[in-house]
Amino acid sequence: MTIRVSKLWFGYALAMAWFYVLLWPLLGIKADGLEFGASFAIWSKVAVASAILLGLYQLKKVGAFGFVERPAKVVGKAAGAVAARVPTWVALALVAAVAVAFPFFTERYAHDVAISVLVYIILGLGLNVVVGLAGLLDLGYIAFFGVGAYTYALLSVHFGLSFWLCLPIAGGFAAIAGCIIGYPTLRMRGDYLAIVTLGFGEIVRIVINNWMSLTNGPNGILGIKAPGIYWWNGKGFEHMLLNSLEQLYYIILALAVFTIVAVYRLNHSRIGRAFEAVREDQTAAELMGVDTLRIKLLAYALGAVFGGLAGTFFAARMKFVSPESFTFIESAMVLSMVVLGGMGSIPGVILGAVTLIALPEVFRGFELYRMFVFGGVMAGMMIFRPKGLWPAKRMGARSEERE
Amino acid sequence: MTQQQPILELKNVTSAYGRIKAIREVSLKVYPGEVVSIIGANGAGKSTTLMSICGVLHPEQGEVWYDGVRIDGLASDLLPARGLCQVPEGRRIFPRLSVEENLDMGAFFRKDAAAIDHDKNRVFQLFPILQERRKQYGGTLSGGEQQMLAMGRALMSRPRLLLLDEPSLGLAPLIVQQIFRIIREINEADGVTVVLVEQNANLALKSSSRGYVLETGNVVMEDSAEALLANPDIRKAYLGE
Ligand SMILES: Nc1ncnc2c1ncn2[C@@H]1O[C@H](COP(=O)(O)OP(=O)(O)OP(=O)(O)O)[C@@H](O)[C@H]1O
Ligand SMILES: [Mg+2]
Repeated sequence: MTIRVSKLWFGYALAMAWFYVLLWPLLGIKADGLEFGASFAIWSKVAVASAILLGLYQLKKVGAFGFVERPAKVVGKAAGAVAARVPTWVALALVAAVAVAFPFFTERYAHDVAISVLVYIILGLGLNVVVGLAGLLDLGYIAFFGVGAYTYALLSVHFGLSFWLCLPIAGGFAAIAGCIIGYPTLRMRGDYLAIVTLGFGEIVRIVINNWMSLTNGPNGILGIKAPGIYWWNGKGFEHMLLNSLEQLYYIILALAVFTIVAVYRLNHSRIGRAFEAVREDQTAAELMGVDTLRIKLLAYALGAVFGGLAGTFFAARMKFVSPESFTFIESAMVLSMVVLGGMGSIPGVILGAVTLIALPEVFRGFELYRMFVFGGVMAGMMIFRPKGLWPAKRMGARSEERE
Repeated sequence: MTQQQPILELKNVTSAYGRIKAIREVSLKVYPGEVVSIIGANGAGKSTTLMSICGVLHPEQGEVWYDGVRIDGLASDLLPARGLCQVPEGRRIFPRLSVEENLDMGAFFRKDAAAIDHDKNRVFQLFPILQERRKQYGGTLSGGEQQMLAMGRALMSRPRLLLLDEPSLGLAPLIVQQIFRIIREINEADGVTVVLVEQNANLALKSSSRGYVLETGNVVMEDSAEALLANPDIRKAYLGE
């Protein structure tokens, strides 16, 4: 026991020393010399906090909290049993009800965050088709978001086409872009694929940035129309633009639900199975009669469609697009959601999007250290839950699943 | 039997990886209903031969004829629908698909749901362990179970010609016997023609009617299974006597 305890504290000391080595250069190296005060102040706070946590953990191990833990366990078990008996559709209905009622009991700011979360959910689910199902690493996914956004922006500004008409058009353009980007990469695997898709993502952004006559370059496109609907006003139908955040929230909610249903059906379809087979073993899939090249192209195209849909909404919501919104960091963000949530798992990706978009908002209090904390949380997650927050399917239950 | 049209015929097939020729001018014939063995040392080109038949590797020279059609230019994914399926070396099941999903992949190109169900039941009858492990991930099966899954998956495509690449690899003797019993059963009861690649020459030849011996990419011998088993050179080289 004593050996284990001292080992724990030794690890703690090492981690804290390491943390200071990381922290000091960030805060202590200034133009006018070296400084230790600020970094030491922060470091000592973190050190004390983690020492307390470590102490609590040890007390827990020893059983000092038995008086709370035992009843808590009983309650937890009972709650778990109840939850297991609640049918899936009840849980889903509950989630749906909360999602629909959300704008009524929240503020503008919350609507804004919720809209972002939903956009990223669509992006995450779209990328998940490519990465999670078909196993093709795509580091340029945001390009399809950009294609969708610019498709709607241009069609709306120049031709006055409506949002609803542009949704399928943008989805189609994104799918074509997906095929164009996918085609040359079909025979690549792993690292090469990552690099090429990364390059393509940047190419799309740079083209948008430099094609002044079409896209107005870095200045972007202004004056994009919001989605409109025909509304009965007592005398006749009247055209109305949905400008308010609540209305936009419901539109993106509907798009997200559509995406979830579509991706769910895809997951459980023959094609979805073929995606997975290609991911698992390409040659074996070929021997089973899967046209692997076409299946991969289809994965790129389908994944891109959702990116295009999300992009269309994004343009309509912002009423402005510029190349800045489609940088590599966005691709990385969407990929992080997929990996963090659990590759191939729909609830996982949703949870990943909520975590990655909402969490930094929660951490706003940390101001400058927001991304720092964010990075720490990500690293921690990958250490403690490497398969993601909500991993896909079960892993090899040998005896339990027997009938 | 020899009066029949062969179901599979290789005519002087040469295949290469880059500039290295792995098999040279390999010719062989397989007649409907036969079990034919291909034996040879490690690196002799047995797997390469099977991959050349299946179109994963396209021969540099020569022709592959299957069922009266020349197939050496065809894409590999078109062959299962024509009744030609391979159980590749090392099984290559889909590790993160369940046993049942693996089997479904075998019937990927088929649309006849009722017949697929029937065939799945037939596979479960041949390999009861697979039914027991239906929901388990393929990758968590034992080696022997994976071999059975790989064979079951291939059977789901209703093959008329089944290519088996080292089905006994790494399996305990008892399981090997079970696998070979099932190979015979598939051949006799379901009428599937089998090409069997094996290190275990003794067992393979005992289950076959004819055999080919490959050595460094060339066919060096071709004879009935009994004759090969009786041949002192073969006994020395491949049966360890
Ligand atoms: N992908 C490849 N690239 C380059 N050379 C290869 C490749 N695959 C096989 N070879 C070479 O081709 C030759 C024949 O290999 P093959 O796999 O057909 O042998 P084999 O008879 O199946 O052997 P084993 O009994 O060990 O499976 C070997 O010399 C091997 O090194
Ligand atoms: Mg081999």
